[in-house]
Amino acid sequence: MKTLMGVTLALVPLAGWAASTEYQDIERGRYISVLGDCAACHTVNDDQPFAGGVPLETPFGTLVAPNITPDATTGLGRWDYEDFKAAMTEGVGKGGYHLYPAMPYPSYTLMNEEDIHDLWSFLQTVTPVENAIEANQLPFPFSIRSVMMGWNWLNFDERSFEPDPEQSDEINRGAYLVEGLGHCGTCHTPRNFMGGAGGDKFAGATIEGWYAPDITPNAHVGIGGWSEDELVEYLQTGGNRYGFASGPMADEVHHSSQHWTEDDLYAVARYLLSGAGLESSDWDHAPPEPLPEDNPQVTAGSHIYFDRCSGCHTPNGGGEEGIFPQLASNPLVNGDNTTSLIRVVLAGSRPVATDAKPTAPAMPSFAWNLNDEEIASVLTFVRNSWGNAAPAVSAGEVADMREELRGD
Amino acid sequence: MATKLPPTDAVVVGLGWAGAIIANQLVDAGLKVVGVERGPWRDTAKDFNIASVTDELRYAQRQELMLRTAQNTITLRNNPTQTALPMRKWGSFHPGNGTGGAGNHWAGITFRFQPEEFRLKSHLEERYGADSIPDELSLQDWGTDWEEMEPHYDAFEKIAGTSGRAGQLASGRQEGGNPFEGTRSSDYPTPPLKQPYSPTLFAETAREMGYQPFPVPSSLVSETYTNPLGVTMGPCTFCGFCTNYGCANYSKASAITTVLPTLIRKENFEARTHCEVLKVTTDSDGRRATGIVYVDSAGRRWEQPAEIVIIAAFTFENVRLMLTSNIGEAYDPATRRGTTGRNYAYQTANNVQLFFDDKNFNPYIGAGAVGMGIDEFNNDNFDHSGLGFFGGGSTRVTPIGATPINARPTPPGTPRWGSNWKRATVDNYASTMSIGCEASNYSSPNNYLSLDPTYRDRLGRPLLRITFDFTQNDLRMAQYVTEKTAEIARRMNPRQIVANPRTGPWDGRPYQSSHVVGGFVMGADPSNSSVNKHLQVWGVPNLFVVGASAFPQNPGYNPTGTVGALAFKAADGIVNHYLRNPGEMIST
Repeated sequence: MKTLMGVTLALVPLAGWAASTEYQDIERGRYISVLGDCAACHTVNDDQPFAGGVPLETPFGTLVAPNITPDATTGLGRWDYEDFKAAMTEGVGKGGYHLYPAMPYPSYTLMNEEDIHDLWSFLQTVTPVENAIEANQLPFPFSIRSVMMGWNWLNFDERSFEPDPEQSDEINRGAYLVEGLGHCGTCHTPRNFMGGAGGDKFAGATIEGWYAPDITPNAHVGIGGWSEDELVEYLQTGGNRYGFASGPMADEVHHSSQHWTEDDLYAVARYLLSGAGLESSDWDHAPPEPLPEDNPQVTAGSHIYFDRCSGCHTPNGGGEEGIFPQLASNPLVNGDNTTSLIRVVLAGSRPVATDAKPTAPAMPSFAWNLNDEEIASVLTFVRNSWGNAAPAVSAGEVADMREELRGD
Repeated sequence: MATKLPPTDAVVVGLGWAGAIIANQLVDAGLKVVGVERGPWRDTAKDFNIASVTDELRYAQRQELMLRTAQNTITLRNNPTQTALPMRKWGSFHPGNGTGGAGNHWAGITFRFQPEEFRLKSHLEERYGADSIPDELSLQDWGTDWEEMEPHYDAFEKIAGTSGRAGQLASGRQEGGNPFEGTRSSDYPTPPLKQPYSPTLFAETAREMGYQPFPVPSSLVSETYTNPLGVTMGPCTFCGFCTNYGCANYSKASAITTVLPTLIRKENFEARTHCEVLKVTTDSDGRRATGIVYVDSAGRRWEQPAEIVIIAAFTFENVRLMLTSNIGEAYDPATRRGTTGRNYAYQTANNVQLFFDDKNFNPYIGAGAVGMGIDEFNNDNFDHSGLGFFGGGSTRVTPIGATPINARPTPPGTPRWGSNWKRATVDNYASTMSIGCEASNYSSPNNYLSLDPTYRDRLGRPLLRITFDFTQNDLRMAQYVTEKTAEIARRMNPRQIVANPRTGPWDGRPYQSSHVVGGFVMGADPSNSSVNKHLQVWGVPNLFVVGASAFPQNPGYNPTGTVGALAFKAADGIVNHYLRNPGEMIST
């Protein structure tokens, strides 16, 4: 606060009106930081915002998000606006070193000048915190930052956002948020072997032991069956009748999307549900046929389901809105990637709590009283009942996740 | 000795129903509130996992959710000629511990007291004559009335999502609801639970006999419910592990399932758990509470100064804290002077067992508060002229779930072990039901709470001593209502009935009820009450003591609905009256 006032007062002698303009820029910048979810990686402790230190587990090793407070020795205190802009849009830090793309500059490169400027204005007002961070904890050869030159050549386009004149302003705003600031694809688009955007855009990917689900308009495995209201409800309150944000998405809702304006959330919903920006051939595939009821896993799973699951999720998979997710016609249940499904049955899960939905109802852990085969069966039953259809889950997949969770 | 902490606007002792409700109301009014709780932070997700919560040995036999008697217990005796001994394993009642308090393992039955209850003494004198109340009773009015209480009952039911069917609305009598209840400003937030077989059979018979059965009001919600604080509950599944257990399904209302999830998010609230309050501190003339002293789990002592002090622990600890802090004058049964510890009362629990040959009640289906009841023989709903007693009971069938260790219904004469006992268990498990009659317990000058002269807790403080026995009034009442219950049982035509009216003396070993009330009662007269109708301590205006400790006597109903209503009432008194004239007794 002190710093904020200092900045404001310093400008007053230059021009009387500048004070209010500057204040508005900073407040806009604060909101930009929320849209970009900077805190997710750069804030460990809410008492020391943006002081860095969140470790990011990548397939290549651990990166730690740096201190971006204006501290002169350990933060961005010696940076100027051009340094900041280069980091955001080119992935190059002050002095020319390469950032790792865990910092989503491949998305932020789409940001417009005004947003980058206001974000910079805001970051200069936060309280400087002396907190030295060793960002690069990768093993050789990934620890050599110049490796990223080659990576960028293959995986990164420096470009600015071009609105699609065929689309409404609202959809274009949604595109700007989804593709740029919101950097949804960082988690929801499959990565190639280098960690660059690889497979079908928004088709879902594994991240930090969770499945970031398919967010294409596919009605079976994506969010095509959701209404705009349901998607906005999820982003704004942390849950809807299909489920509650858990794992990394819980952090996203906590730090970011619950604070977005309703207009921005609806812009995102409209953009994602419209399929603009996607080739329909990439997502518009027919759902598979469900496994038959006499499939041994389905039969065994049905008994486990009625004993263990139906009390909350109800016998017909309808759930109880607001507390127990609906499993029928639930895209996460139908998805090819079973990482999150297996994980929540084994380990349980506590979703995000928001002011709008403070309950945060938990999924209990069944690791201790259902074995791998039983969990595979019950998930196979759930994935092939009440209109759901998806490949069987194998006991081996469950065993692998059990092993992975043990290592956590 | 104690390290002094920065002052706060209000400190609330105990984060069960009463404390959580008051803290939330004060926080919403803008006060900075510190909540202090002697037990752990409890949470459905962490503590009540669906896959492990149905553990009878852990929760019912070993009493995991209850206060550890090594931490704090009571001593008990039947009369002043005896020497009290400590209760080393909870028997007659089950005090709770941790956030949510006894409200985690309660049954969920959520009655409102009837309008006459709040002016019981006046009512009985008006109906039966000025000298009709026997000397052995010390009945009194509450200093409040139905009109003042009703909005607070309504507020509590909306927090808890209480399920039931209204009997009396402003629009008139409602078919199928309790005809004896006071007029409600709104219906129950959720409809009645579905009824298992035994309550259904009971209700059919009761109806044939001309009684008016109704679903027992229950804070186990019957459908998904989001309360005014935004917290969501899920429908009860009749799992049968309810009373003595925490609810894994978010169905049973408690502070942890209805208030604390939102309260703990609020910036001006702070909870300190595993912190046991030693005393309320006062200024030199005792007319102002200055704060509390508590000890944390590491044994460090802290003084928390506060502008307003609210004591909202269980009945026993409310009264003990007042006695150890020298608040009010300790009650002396010899002189009948003093108010702290006065008018301790309990509940008179009776039941009739019915053994059938041709029925299957599926008794494992159950919930703490699912069932059907009648109130024709409760309180003053029937003419007591010439009966020789006052009071009565709520007659009902509430199958709580017949669990494997405890539920072994066998007729009298069955061996206590061996193959014949096993055979009798097999023969009777599914075909036995019980009709309970949870009856009133009227206060008496001989029943009171005081500090034990011998036994101390681990911190060196005297234990609370209960001096209690059933009065002749209550024993006669128990015989009468149990016989009325047995009439219904006989009409249901079982092979055998066993009537168990409560008989004296009070025995602290078998579980009867956790409905311990009084000891710091509310009223309009400081000579026979400790708090006014706003739960504000006479003579110490910034100290409020809230809970069943304020009941002047106990009607034939479960107390929690009224505890919740009194919490809202106290909060209303603080926010809308006290804060306008802080440091003064509320005069309205």
